Amino acid sequence: MAEVKLTSLTKKFGDVTAVNNMSIGIKDKEFFVLLGPTGAGKTTTLRLVAGLEKPDAGEIYLGEIKVNDFSPAVRDVAFVFQYYTLYPHYTVRQNLEFPLKSRLRRTPRKEIDRIISEVSEILHIEHLLDRQTVNLSGGEMQRVAIGRAIVRRPKVFLMDEPLSNLDAKLREEMRAELARLHIDLGSTFFYVTHDQVEAMTMGDRIGVLNEGNMLQVGTPDKIYNKPKNVFVAKFVGSPVINLLEAEIVGEKLVIGRKDRTIECSLTDFQCKLVGAAKGKDVFLGIRPEDIMVSREKKEINSFKCSVYFKQSMGVEDILNLKISDELIFRAIAPPKFKADVGDTIYANFIMDRSHIFDAQTEERLELSTQKLKL
Amino acid sequence: MAEIILENIVKRFGTLVAVNHLNLEVKDKEFVVLLGPSGCGKTTTLRMISGLEVPDEGKILLDGEDVTLKRASQRDIAFVFQLYALYPHMSVYGNLAFPLQTQGYSKEKIKEEVHKTAELLKIEHILKKKPRELAGGDMQRVALGRALVRRPKAFLLDEPIGTLDAKFREEMRTELKKLHVDIGATTVYVTHDQVEAMSMGDKVVVMEKGLLQQVGTPAEIYHNPENLFVANFIGSPGMNFINCIPVRDSDGRVSLKITDINEIIKIPENIQKVIIDRGEVEKDLILGIRPEDVLLEFKKCENYIGTEVYVVETLGTYNIIDVKIGKDTARVRTLPSVLPDIGTSCCIGFDMSRITLFDKRTEEAIV
Repeated sequence: MAEVKLTSLTKKFGDVTAVNNMSIGIKDKEFFVLLGPTGAGKTTTLRLVAGLEKPDAGEIYLGEIKVNDFSPAVRDVAFVFQYYTLYPHYTVRQNLEFPLKSRLRRTPRKEIDRIISEVSEILHIEHLLDRQTVNLSGGEMQRVAIGRAIVRRPKVFLMDEPLSNLDAKLREEMRAELARLHIDLGSTFFYVTHDQVEAMTMGDRIGVLNEGNMLQVGTPDKIYNKPKNVFVAKFVGSPVINLLEAEIVGEKLVIGRKDRTIECSLTDFQCKLVGAAKGKDVFLGIRPEDIMVSREKKEINSFKCSVYFKQSMGVEDILNLKISDELIFRAIAPPKFKADVGDTIYANFIMDRSHIFDAQTEERLELSTQKLKL
Repeated sequence: MAEIILENIVKRFGTLVAVNHLNLEVKDKEFVVLLGPSGCGKTTTLRMISGLEVPDEGKILLDGEDVTLKRASQRDIAFVFQLYALYPHMSVYGNLAFPLQTQGYSKEKIKEEVHKTAELLKIEHILKKKPRELAGGDMQRVALGRALVRRPKAFLLDEPIGTLDAKFREEMRTELKKLHVDIGATTVYVTHDQVEAMSMGDKVVVMEKGLLQQVGTPAEIYHNPENLFVANFIGSPGMNFINCIPVRDSDGRVSLKITDINEIIKIPENIQKVIIDRGEVEKDLILGIRPEDVLLEFKKCENYIGTEVYVVETLGTYNIIDVKIGKDTARVRTLPSVLPDIGTSCCIGFDMSRITLFDKRTEEAIV
């Protein structure tokens, strides 16, 4: 099994730059997820690695070998498509055998049977081997598609949103199965999705892509807790992070550009940070789970608000809170808090879990190493 | 007032009973979600409310008036389709204006209403564009706008956000809910996505195979599911289901034997009493418990089941740890800091105040 390396990879379609100067290195045995909205360039990137598209610039390495000029068949990657593409008139067994019988591989009969047996056991599809694929459920078809990739024992598995056509319950089950499969097979997975839950639960590392540009690469923990910019902060995490327009005034953040409604005390660390802002305008990024609700006012950063509406998710409630027409945000409350629409309560901002983004650059404020040298 | 009442509605397609004696009440200004898997009858029900289908039996009342046999165009209801169905040759303005033009509004009145609606849905900047130039989300808003502009008595929405990206669906869920809070129109919304139902509905109607399974607020159907289907369908990650059998020991105490692994779990007296009273001793039961109500420990604990870590899923705010119980998987919700290695021995316990027991045969909740 080998690593995948992309250096300065670019692909254009007419005027549109689908992949823009992308450089990433995927480690051996890593589960790497490329995450981004529709049209970000994720599928194009995957297709470039597979050899289904030719890049306009840049290099693609599988292991130490530069594969730019290699055809897909020779690249030794297996592609799992979003729409399975199983041979409908063949049985499951025939679908699984097909790659092994190709001219390139010419695998002997006994070896084919052994591999099919092993792979069907891993995917729990042994009982389906003689069924025609048109008679399978969505989840079963998905497993066969993955099986057809596994039989080839490729260097790298390329997966293009393989779970997006399954219903919610099945997606949940398959996530855990894929995560486990990755460990059992010990292979490198290059997985593409627009669903941040999939990325967070399965990825060893995540690359967040938007409009062809790679915005941040890191572990789920890093992406979630140290988002580099507004886009990443908003894309990962559900319910979505609150982004409040604010102005730096001394050691405080005045939130609400028009109404100047509330004043937030910054932590000591944040006071040091605000020097790094280009102007006085910033965004305060604070996740709903980092805003605590209470019936009484607390000592610090506790703001009076009214419950605009409530979304009962069962395990918790998402309270949409209003301070003014301009200042509406979300907080998570345990169901036992029992807030009703119209109630007046207090929202307490846990500032040391919040992020400050420069309003101009939309980048998260960080202490530069220069400053630390002082 | 825009109350919708369905009385004993039946709809058949050949021998298939798509909707089977459905009774439903949607109060004025209520946001009711019809939730269920493909083929459960939810869209057929919506189409009957709109007048696009006629029921074989039963009555439909809109605002007290019997509209069962009234044509769709004569019911003061707006339908938002899953695939928008925007007029491709008209601009966004034209699409929004059309329903008002057919009603004979003056040009000035049309302009006023279209701009008001566009402002509400934040689509003023695209009024001149044609549908083919729009992103999915904007098309969605235009479809909603075309329904809103008529200020109908009620809105019927058929899986309007199912085809959008995950992130965008989340945004639209909150937008739609907010819109409902601001406008307060009676709404019936159809979806197969339980997250949508939970986050938007005042009331959720769970359907399966043409039959009503349960009606209640999101909190009610989440915490008190009446049968296995509802318990399984609501909640993400889903409820854990573990096969068990109540057994009596020599002292007359009833405990639960976990079938697949032959271990015994003690249960509190109040639960023992219900099992005995309902004659469920030695019957096949299913223990239902949600991931957030499962307790995980890494040392031996009284009344816990021994197992090992199968998969760890990190979601940012919390983690889900999968463990195996025989061939089944049980999921536990933990804090993000809980990060055991795969294969680590552990044991799981159940918050006894939060378990639900289902009879395996009838699939109904008994406790």
